[in-house]
Amino acid sequence: MTELTSLGVKAIRDGVAGGDFTAREVAESFNAAVAEAAKLNAFIVTTPDHALAAADATDAARAEGKELGAMAGVPIGMKDLFATHGVQTTAASHILEGFKPQYESTVSQNLWEAGAGMLGKLNLDQFAMGSSNETSFFGNVSSPWQKAGTNAPMSPGGSSGGSSSAVAARIAPAATGTDTGGSIRQPAAFTGICGIKPTYGRCSRWGVVAFASSLDQAGPMARSVEDCAIMLGAMAGFDPKDATSLQMDVPDWEGALSADLKGKKVGIPREYRMEGTDQAILDSWEQGKAWLKDAGAEIVDVSLPHTQYALPAYYIIAPAEASSNLARYDGVRYGLRELPDGAGLQDMYAETREAGFGDEVKRRVLIGTYVLSAGFYDAYYNQAQKVRALVARDFERAWAECDLILAPTTPTASFPLGSLNEDPLTMYLNDVFAVPASLAGLPAMSVPAMLNEDGLPLGLQLVGKPFDEQAVLDAGLAIQQRAGFDHAPEKWW
Amino acid sequence: MSVDKETVAKISKLARIKMTDEELERMAPELNNILEWVEQLGEVDVTGIEPMSAVIPNTLRLRADEVDADPKTGGGRRDDVLANAPAAEHGFFGVPKVIE
Repeated sequence: MTELTSLGVKAIRDGVAGGDFTAREVAESFNAAVAEAAKLNAFIVTTPDHALAAADATDAARAEGKELGAMAGVPIGMKDLFATHGVQTTAASHILEGFKPQYESTVSQNLWEAGAGMLGKLNLDQFAMGSSNETSFFGNVSSPWQKAGTNAPMSPGGSSGGSSSAVAARIAPAATGTDTGGSIRQPAAFTGICGIKPTYGRCSRWGVVAFASSLDQAGPMARSVEDCAIMLGAMAGFDPKDATSLQMDVPDWEGALSADLKGKKVGIPREYRMEGTDQAILDSWEQGKAWLKDAGAEIVDVSLPHTQYALPAYYIIAPAEASSNLARYDGVRYGLRELPDGAGLQDMYAETREAGFGDEVKRRVLIGTYVLSAGFYDAYYNQAQKVRALVARDFERAWAECDLILAPTTPTASFPLGSLNEDPLTMYLNDVFAVPASLAGLPAMSVPAMLNEDGLPLGLQLVGKPFDEQAVLDAGLAIQQRAGFDHAPEKWW
Repeated sequence: MSVDKETVAKISKLARIKMTDEELERMAPELNNILEWVEQLGEVDVTGIEPMSAVIPNTLRLRADEVDADPKTGGGRRDDVLANAPAAEHGFFGVPKVIE
């Protein structure tokens, strides 16, 4: 029998439904794989019983002849940014250590209702702030990939680094991610897997620990485009509990998947040819064009003139929203409380937040506080919001000439953990290609293209019009079929 | 614009994050690097552009005027609300004495 942990979402779901194996066998295999992979540090807590209970429910439903959900029998990893009832939810921070939500996030609830089970809560950058998974209070996550001929631990990307590491290592067939400025796409690219951030509002933010609310979007990470389409369908949907939730039907993305791109125009934004981009990345971009052409698409040049300003605008807007969102961690209602003898309320706030937040979180809260403060609001925050409008307008104008956009996901392949820690700015530049689509709220996906000469994966990014996840997934499928990327990291953990 | 140690101390006070002298020393140049880099936004001509706060056109919905329409966000869940409080007392959040 095929090793069950080598299977993806669709293969597991169909195999369980067809009786090739039971959901319990699948859950047991993945639980064992998770238990063996402690070296990756991908999980903050594991929940093997949750996975088994969901599997038993699926097996029982099948035995009774009931209709099975879209994710029935599939055990997944849950990024530890989603509130899970009774299971510690930390956002990889000390300030939320021990926090056990008394409710379930909408996205995770949707997944459980579709028949999925939970292998555990996945590590991430603290409060999703980071691009390398080195800001977690619970330690760095290692990528299962290593540079050919070396064994230095490499970054799985961030912030959804536990998710990317687990899926690439085949210890989870799929995982949830969240993307504020590239946090699904960049880790997917670094680890040779797929990940899609849908249109802002597709997935409910209710019960997701907030970072920058106007940007945060959940999405799936898996090893194939089909698996992403299935899982996104299960995660998305209107939720009255989220004021920005889209009141639209969820299309049948899986059913409509087609790699035939005849009649589609794919835009190549000239401003994405940036200094500092690896030659191998540029080569993969050229290859991507050829693949999409082969699938029937027409390639056109487009211009997104404000691209270079997207990242600095993001690093004003996201910290501004974060400084406001993170004001809730005050030592009163949940999480950590630091109360030295004789301390008053204000001291308690300041001590709790000093002890509970990591350096990167403090940096961003301070930046956010500064750009929102009296006297600087117009120069920084308002200006950034206007630039954001221009970045979004660039895309709107591009849609007059093309149906979707092809670009690299990242300027480089993964890097060794610890190698970019000197200067926060160098780290931020990792998201230079990912952030524009985030600012504009557009659906965007990374699919693996090839390995570079170090044997590390490179990803290609597809960006679509608002609500047109289908075009993004279809083009992703066209690339997947032509790239034939079936590389897996060699097991060292 | 650049921030000195005193400014960082003031911001950290506004943000309610206690910081040691050593942390302020370390943080000030880091923040300056970031702020210097975002200054480039000043070059962009934004004449006539409205600041964007919502990316996808969406209207704010009204909900039915119904108490506890969704039990998950409704009332009557005091114990759940207090379940994670570091110091819950007599059905309330406990905080140090406040005298102003």
